[in-house]
Amino acid sequence: MGTFVPNTKAQQQEMLQEIGYEKLDDLFAHIPDAVKFEGELDLPAGMSEMEVSKDMKKIAAKNKIFSSIFRGAGAYRHYIPAMVQHVTSNETLQTAYTPYQAEISQGVLQSIFEYQTMICDLTGMDVSNASVYDGGTAAGEAIAACRGRKAKKALVSATIQPSVMKVIETYCFGNEMELVVIPEKDGVTDVDALQSLMTDDTCCVLIQHPNYYGSLEPAAQIGEIAHSVKNCRYIMSVNPITLGTMKTPREYGADFAIGEGQPLGMAPAFGGPYLGFMASIDALKRNLPGRIVGQTTDHNGKTGYVLTLQAREQHIRREKASSNICSNQALCALTVGVYLASMGSEGLKEVATQCYSKAHYMAAELSRAGFDIENEEFFHEFVTKSDKDADAIMKALAEKGILGGLPLGDGRILWCCTEMNSKADIDEAVAIIKEVQ
Amino acid sequence: MLIFEKSRPGRGISALPKCDVDVYTLPEDDMRESDLHLPEMAEVDLSRHYTELAKKAHGVNDGFYPLGSCTMKYNPRVNERTASFEGFTQIHPLQPVDTVQGCLQVLKETEDALAAITGMSNFTLQPAAGAHGEFTGLLLIKAYHLANGDTQRRKIIVPDSAHGTNPASAVMAGMEVINVDSDEMGLVDVEKLREVCDGNDEIAGLMLTNPNTAGLFDPNIKEITDIIHACGGQCYYDGANLNAVMGWARPGDMGFDCVHLNLHKTFSTPHGGGGPGSGPVGCKEHLAKFMPGVYAVEKDGAYDFAKAEASLGEMKCFYGNFLVAVKALTYIKMLGKEGIPEASKNAVLNANYMMKKLSAVYDIAFKPEVCMHEFVMDIGRQAKETGVTAMDIAKGLLDNGIHPPTMYFPLTVHEALMAEPCETESKETLDWAIDVFIALNDLAYSDPEKLHQAPVKTPVTRLDEVGAARHPVLKYEFE
Repeated sequence: MGTFVPNTKAQQQEMLQEIGYEKLDDLFAHIPDAVKFEGELDLPAGMSEMEVSKDMKKIAAKNKIFSSIFRGAGAYRHYIPAMVQHVTSNETLQTAYTPYQAEISQGVLQSIFEYQTMICDLTGMDVSNASVYDGGTAAGEAIAACRGRKAKKALVSATIQPSVMKVIETYCFGNEMELVVIPEKDGVTDVDALQSLMTDDTCCVLIQHPNYYGSLEPAAQIGEIAHSVKNCRYIMSVNPITLGTMKTPREYGADFAIGEGQPLGMAPAFGGPYLGFMASIDALKRNLPGRIVGQTTDHNGKTGYVLTLQAREQHIRREKASSNICSNQALCALTVGVYLASMGSEGLKEVATQCYSKAHYMAAELSRAGFDIENEEFFHEFVTKSDKDADAIMKALAEKGILGGLPLGDGRILWCCTEMNSKADIDEAVAIIKEVQ
Repeated sequence: MLIFEKSRPGRGISALPKCDVDVYTLPEDDMRESDLHLPEMAEVDLSRHYTELAKKAHGVNDGFYPLGSCTMKYNPRVNERTASFEGFTQIHPLQPVDTVQGCLQVLKETEDALAAITGMSNFTLQPAAGAHGEFTGLLLIKAYHLANGDTQRRKIIVPDSAHGTNPASAVMAGMEVINVDSDEMGLVDVEKLREVCDGNDEIAGLMLTNPNTAGLFDPNIKEITDIIHACGGQCYYDGANLNAVMGWARPGDMGFDCVHLNLHKTFSTPHGGGGPGSGPVGCKEHLAKFMPGVYAVEKDGAYDFAKAEASLGEMKCFYGNFLVAVKALTYIKMLGKEGIPEASKNAVLNANYMMKKLSAVYDIAFKPEVCMHEFVMDIGRQAKETGVTAMDIAKGLLDNGIHPPTMYFPLTVHEALMAEPCETESKETLDWAIDVFIALNDLAYSDPEKLHQAPVKTPVTRLDEVGAARHPVLKYEFE
């Protein structure tokens, strides 16, 4: 068996004797017999590090790594600079606790302060928290943050990522807010329907832009409608890569900017760990859940960083807290920080530009091959429709190590391109697709 | 210095090739108006910036970390290696099921191992953290009562010694919190509990940590869970302190109906400076049909996804913090059926050794004969006699390279320092730390001012937290 216990058997015995016990079991003697576990745990026998490494390698080898991916739908493969993995592999940063002891945690606190600054810069918002679990929980938390004493109705567009909608439903099952779905029309939020759903008890309107189908939403117009009701907040969920070139949620009039941070330096990793980012206008900072880091000074006037605005939080407020969130995704926030610092403003613009340029190139090629493109304006994802069997297309692509777009049913496929898809890769994929009968 | 102050226009790394297709033009109306201010750094500057930040942080690799209820055990490096295999990191969550058999095997093996350790029948790995697991568990209980038509069961009992996340989670689940005071040993007051519960059909359930936050195993645990069941409630086990009892007592046998674990505590995946963690939730059969998300099933060596028939929904997108599960499974495979109880045994031994030695100069809250994985020192006497508080002792520890115990918790002890040494510390480390603690007590009596001023050897001294909250500066302002 493997062990990470440094004390030898002799030392264990010595320690026991020093505190007046004979054997280790004596320390558990006070556990009532009725609940004491007898016998052996139903687990395999322990193994050496070499055996476990081999075993896990064998398990990992059962997964198929696609060399070329045209699937997004909430998880994206982007280029991750070497610096990102290098920094996040640092043992100190990996193994530190939440930075309660600020004097020995300045490195972690500063990295979060820098992350908050970058998220605010990207989104145009005033205040960012230190992250939540993922894009889905960010949406659930943001809606909860908008709840008013009487206003408990949340309007959420049907065009958001379906898995995010499901998380919102769960959060609303918990807090018993009323969730109303705004229907879609021609692949974007139906603004007329939204208008008619707005009532005095509406506390927020949430959309995703670009939406699940990749389409650009009439985001500014939706913001105006949202704000037509007093104290109704406008929440925009955005893919952060788009912010390299596209309008910020603030410029569209949003009060909260949220989203899935995975595209900013995290591998797809079968769905996690990812990171939810969450930022707001200044007036709503006390409604934000989770950790927030602030700048201050020490006894000698030296600049330093601390966890702040903690009067919102569970360890102080208990049942009156804005959320139960305790640990978040700090190492992922560091990942985002290192990614954005590595890419820089110009680098992020380039990533964004390549993403939508390649997506439009691929859409044009598929259009030429007889596919209908459903979107009007889109960023790096788009939906095709054709009579060809989607499963047959996926199969043909998979044989060449290519993961095709996500089949949506009825011959519709949701495609995605990023800077990782070269023109040659796209041409190859389109050629294979053309061959499918 | 902040990274933004080091930024110089024109610098950068050479990450991407030139765009090899025509550059498309998006509608002008949707283009960004404001400038971006992301750092522009040469690679060498990036390397040095983050190296500097790491030097100003403190991880388990930097020294002893007896942070109570946080289980800061050593994080084996092999965990990081297996979690970095491309066969795990490069897998898209929406790949066809026949291409993710390895991932499903990880889910299945982890679910099964956790069920065996806790005495539960089913597990979901979807919750992303301990608090997220609490929320999940409470929603399970809610779904169960609603399915039985018990819409009035909205009250959840939380002892006053509980973690703050417990009451906060209860509110998120739409429940009302009833606090029940502890008895003089800091344990659940069974009589008071009975008064609250007897014949009360509004009770949804109870949330409990056992051993509790004072490191004490509740001898009445079966009676407590029986009282809750007798009034129709469900029992929720907060697994924060599971490291004390693995292989010795299982929440399932104590009468709990569901449980959350913290893989980043008990199962040695790192804390990451505050996440990502993982808070899997386990339950007994009667709650299984409400479980969230999907879980893995195996038939003849082939894995597939399955969904509970009356699933309460999705706690987060996809399947949880998957790579954290990879790390936990790696750890479980190494320790195995013998090593898991061995870990708990030594965690308890180390805590008792430290408690006994420190009791010579420090008062131990509730004066237990034996503790489990952690114990609480009460600095009240020192505070009264010298003015040196739990905070001062904690800050004195910083100057000695020791991460302080959890301060001012549980709330039932006013000057609390809650210490959890963990099984991965040697006798030599404990003896050294004990000497430091004793020396700090001496210092409290000989030169208290020194402790009020501590720490002095850290990158910054005590920070103005009140000022930070009163005049919040939450980001760097660009000119």
